[in-house]
Amino acid sequence: MTEFAIETSGLVKTWGDTRAVAGIALAVPAGAVYGVLGPNGAGKTTAVKMLATLLRPDSGNARVFGRDLVREADAVRGLVSLTGQYASVDEDLTGAENLVLLGRLLGHRKAAARERGARLLDAFGLTEAANKQVKNYSGGMRRRLDIAASILNTPKLLFLDEPTTGLDPRSRNQVWDIVRAVVAHGTTVLLTTQYLDEADRLASRIAVIDHGKVIAEGTPGELKSSVGRGAIHVRLRDADQRGKAEWVLSEALSAPVQLDADPVALTARISGHETERGAAEQASRALVALAEAGITVDDFSLGQPSLDEVFLALTDKPATAQNEEVSA
Amino acid sequence: MSTATTTEAPSTYTFSPETLSAVLAPGANPPRPSALSASVTFGWRAMLKIKHVPEQLFDVTAFPIMMTLMFTYLFGGALAGSTTEYLQFLLPGIMVMSVVMITMYTGIAVNTDIQKGVFDRFRTLPIWRPSTMVGYLLGDAFRYTMASTVILLVGLVLGFRPDGGVLGVLAGIGVLVAFSFAFSWLWTMFGLLLRTEKSVMGVSMMVLFPMTFLSNVFVDPSTMPGWLQAFVDVNPISHLVAAVRALMNGGWDTGAMTWVTVSGVLFTVVFGALTMRLYNRR
Ligand SMILES: Nc1ncnc2c1ncn2[C@@H]1O[C@H](COP(=O)(O)OP(=O)(O)OP(=O)(O)O)[C@@H](O)[C@H]1O
Ligand SMILES: [Mg+2]
Repeated sequence: MTEFAIETSGLVKTWGDTRAVAGIALAVPAGAVYGVLGPNGAGKTTAVKMLATLLRPDSGNARVFGRDLVREADAVRGLVSLTGQYASVDEDLTGAENLVLLGRLLGHRKAAARERGARLLDAFGLTEAANKQVKNYSGGMRRRLDIAASILNTPKLLFLDEPTTGLDPRSRNQVWDIVRAVVAHGTTVLLTTQYLDEADRLASRIAVIDHGKVIAEGTPGELKSSVGRGAIHVRLRDADQRGKAEWVLSEALSAPVQLDADPVALTARISGHETERGAAEQASRALVALAEAGITVDDFSLGQPSLDEVFLALTDKPATAQNEEVSA
Repeated sequence: MSTATTTEAPSTYTFSPETLSAVLAPGANPPRPSALSASVTFGWRAMLKIKHVPEQLFDVTAFPIMMTLMFTYLFGGALAGSTTEYLQFLLPGIMVMSVVMITMYTGIAVNTDIQKGVFDRFRTLPIWRPSTMVGYLLGDAFRYTMASTVILLVGLVLGFRPDGGVLGVLAGIGVLVAFSFAFSWLWTMFGLLLRTEKSVMGVSMMVLFPMTFLSNVFVDPSTMPGWLQAFVDVNPISHLVAAVRALMNGGWDTGAMTWVTVSGVLFTVVFGALTMRLYNRR
């Protein structure tokens, strides 16, 4: 049986007339990254704040590792840790002071808090900036310190609210690496993002939310295939045959073919509004064509559309209609 | 303190999973800190803030000096014939007034902090809930002590010669700081309740001006009209002034001390409870 880090049903939070979270049901399996994907104002922060015990839900139920969010809030606080959307460290203090402060609040003795803080600063490349006030940190440094502060005690569940918004690609990659390392250590991560590729890369399951509702949920693969368009990825044995393969594929599929960075790989889009079955048929036709042309195919997959397309397809339509269609 | 943003040289940080894994290696989490330990840690945070932004001490030094000088020379001659004589009466009162005025910065500090993300982090920690607030008050108690000391020194220079001696003066300051600590729960409540720093400031003034001026700080209430005397008599600040004055003069005012203790406990219980309600609700 899967252990769930978070289970919610009918979670609601209203601000005046705005239903920021309008009945969210989630089941977040333990031990992996769960992505919550949504545009500005979708209700991501509100949902995370409720799950981190910062906001009391207007209605609905939620359990974190089996503990009731409202009645056992204190127990939940012992399991979770939050890196908020906006810096959740003290800007007036130095990086080292921030970590010692939190270490002490988590129950470490002063020397242990210092030592642990120093090791985390080192692991996050902040040793040089340790004694500078956080307000002088760059965005990337601030984010890393913020995450470091969240894992002073290894939490069972870590909330990261838009951890890479506003970061340059390099800093974003660093955050991704950190997230992977933290998950490898058995922490469950709930990560919100507006970036589709981020959810795609990190998350093993994704909930797409819009206007406070889950409009789709599943693995990145399921989400993509639910939209019903896709691409064929082909790996050849011989890089020299790629030019010929490109021509054969574009003939067979009457669609543009894209050469991947890998010199033996190429991708052909399946055009139009094909059903999945149509895509499979087209794919087998393409494979036959390649074989007939004497091209050896090493590996083949019926790829899925990018999450970008999924997202647009889902959010352009009314959320209610989507619900029936996608959530399986 | 440099104000320039530290820019990261492109090569400074390369992620190494091994280093991070080593840090994450499971050691048992320590037991939760005690209520006292968490509160003291938050008090330490307040002290660090003073260290990094020492300008904030301006309020607790310049303002009391100004008050002391202003009122000694403004009223001294007219009310007591001589400034030195008046000072013996005025100084404990002006000390109470200045420190009680300074308590309003608690509300402002709370209010500016809650706008920031770090407050959210504190609220997700499994610690004794009021410790965040107690921390502010501990930091503030330090400021109150500083302000009292500054005023005492100015007073001594101007000719204040308390009969209570060192012990009497220390006891007076102790009572004042303890009461101000209790009184400040009013401001933590407003700091959490009101939306902006400006409104916190506005409410503070509305409360503090009548409380400090309509008291026995400047003159003996027996010269006042009856309705005003009635207010002055129930005003806890009057009793605080009476208690501090007595201690510094080498005496002991049981009635006033009882009032001060009871009102201090009431402020803590009532506004402490309201503060925590708001803190948990946000
Ligand atoms: N404290 C609040 N008071 C009033 N309305 C709020 C409050 N917090 C959020 N909202 C509203 O609730 C809705 C959801 O906001 P939320 O911050 O949860 O979205 P989000 O998905 O995190 O967006 P973003 O990507 O911009 O961070 C928005 O319409 C927002 O205006
Ligand atoms: Mg948000």
